[in-house]
Amino acid sequence: MTLAALGGVISERSGVVNIALEGMMLMSAFTGYVVAFQTHNLWLGVLAGVITGLVIATLHAALSISLLVDQIVSGFVINILALGITGVFFKGFLQESSVAGPGVLPTWHIPLLSKIPVLGPILFVHQPITYAMLLAIVLVQFLVFYTVWGLRTRAVGEHPLAADTVGINVYRVRYLAVMLSGGLAGLGGAYFSLQQIGQFLPNMTGGRGFIALAAMIFGKWKPLGAFYACLLFAGAEALSGRIQISGVHIPFQFLGMLPYLLTIIVVAGAMGRAVAPAADGKPYRKA
Amino acid sequence: MNQRSRAIAAAVLLPVISVVAGFVVAGLAVALSGSDPFQSFYALFQGAFINPRALSETLVATTPYIFLGLGVALGFRAGLFNIGAEGQFYIGALFGVFIGYSLHGLPAIVHILLALLAGIVGGFLWAAVPGILKARFGAHEVITTIMLNYVAFALVNFLINNGPMVDKSSSAPRTPYIDPAAQLPILASGTRLHAGLLLGLLAIPVVWFLLDRTTIGFRIRTVGFSPTAARAAGISVAWTILATMGISGGLAGLAGADEVLGVSHYMPPSFSTGYGFDAIAVALLARSNPWAMLPAALLFGALSSGSRFMQFQTQVSADVISVVEATVIMFIAAPVLFQWIFRLRRAPAPPVKIASETEGAAL
Repeated sequence: MTLAALGGVISERSGVVNIALEGMMLMSAFTGYVVAFQTHNLWLGVLAGVITGLVIATLHAALSISLLVDQIVSGFVINILALGITGVFFKGFLQESSVAGPGVLPTWHIPLLSKIPVLGPILFVHQPITYAMLLAIVLVQFLVFYTVWGLRTRAVGEHPLAADTVGINVYRVRYLAVMLSGGLAGLGGAYFSLQQIGQFLPNMTGGRGFIALAAMIFGKWKPLGAFYACLLFAGAEALSGRIQISGVHIPFQFLGMLPYLLTIIVVAGAMGRAVAPAADGKPYRKA
Repeated sequence: MNQRSRAIAAAVLLPVISVVAGFVVAGLAVALSGSDPFQSFYALFQGAFINPRALSETLVATTPYIFLGLGVALGFRAGLFNIGAEGQFYIGALFGVFIGYSLHGLPAIVHILLALLAGIVGGFLWAAVPGILKARFGAHEVITTIMLNYVAFALVNFLINNGPMVDKSSSAPRTPYIDPAAQLPILASGTRLHAGLLLGLLAIPVVWFLLDRTTIGFRIRTVGFSPTAARAAGISVAWTILATMGISGGLAGLAGADEVLGVSHYMPPSFSTGYGFDAIAVALLARSNPWAMLPAALLFGALSSGSRFMQFQTQVSADVISVVEATVIMFIAAPVLFQWIFRLRRAPAPPVKIASETEGAAL
């Protein structure tokens, strides 16, 4: 989820709204699983997930940047397309097969570090995609805020005409940002099928892409912020699970609403105004 | 060919070609997944029109699409993207079913009207929230309506699963059945075709009149065209946004209540199969024109009812209609793509303009 949210940050920083995160994750979860299933190699599956994310993101980029389709419409199209295609192929290929799946990615104990009391098991005993996520947070934060590429991307997201005037290729920057976003979302999708349960189920992402979108906004379009928001939302989810089991009389559905309600409050400007990149959502047409 | 007939030809041609393209792409997906696309689509057609009761089922599925499509289209005309139709549909159904089962002894006509009105109110209120947030704070309606969808699902889930609206006499989680007086009359005996279809047919001219012949309709279109110009002309953009979202949600809520009163007569927690999302495709296919909503809704009604039979008959997943849907929207929304593929010299229609240019870019 954090991975998708990070993807969202990059894409929106360049001025392309990405509500297609959900579809990208679902497609990647699917292809990742299929490839892992066929090749008996989980790593190839993860790779396939990332590549799928890239491909779908390229479609989103082509539609919204080159063909000037409304970015929301384009994202929406990708979401239903992903739902449809995974549904059809799932029924065609996977549903009848009763063969055991390829399993899940192994848990890595980082030598020495995992032996640290308390902190060790929390931070250093995870499956690979979790480490990739931690790495990605740092990397994306660095890339977006401390590199020339990041500066250019942000410039394109704030004022594409100005960026164009100083010689930045707006289209190229946006394409790259959307594709990176797809790659990250793809990795996030592979998490669901290959790390979490080792299986693909129709619509298994179940709206997580939208929570990621929410997290990105709640984190004010910043990689670290998005991560904190994901932690908060995941915490709420875990808590609602606990409450359901413990039988405390708070309807668990109310906790489930939390991410969405918080996001609404944030976009409405309470709790410190969340400012989106100025040109977010606007197509750019070179004169 | 003169200008007008050319425009009409383009308005018909683009959707038709889009739908054909949708079936081609979906057919490819079906073929790749190892089934025969021709056989599958024949089964789809059979399930939508030919089998006994197929036509009536198609019309039953068409009804909510008319209301929802009109609602979404109304938003488009004001430059608002109401992705929240699904949530408003749920809340409308919730309000409708509550009036439906909690009151007794009313004359049928009164009871039905009250319940439908409750649905409108429910959808109106639910959609007014993003309306207010946008008008007052500039919060982007796409984000707020997406989020409110999930809030609506959770709320409905709570009320019907473990909340006050559970029917305790039933083992399945659902609300009690509505009073028989609140049921919409069946139009043809032996089918599920109910009077809601007539309401839908009535809603089309009403929405057209509202948009094209009233002051509020003029305001809606002006704000959609240019909020800046609207403001300069003395139109309150904030009120127009609020009213548009409200009416749009009211239509979605009406669809929900209508579905409860006409088809299910109770409400389970997972009430809709994405009607509110399909409605976005319906509205786009109809290019936000109220009159075109009927054929567009009919197409989606046919796809939705036909796909069930297809899945049963050929083992091809009903999800294949999502592929059709996605391709159709892609074609409708990308006139550039269309020109490019068919090498047309003139754009067949102006591009779909949705997001208003100057209002609340906070997405």
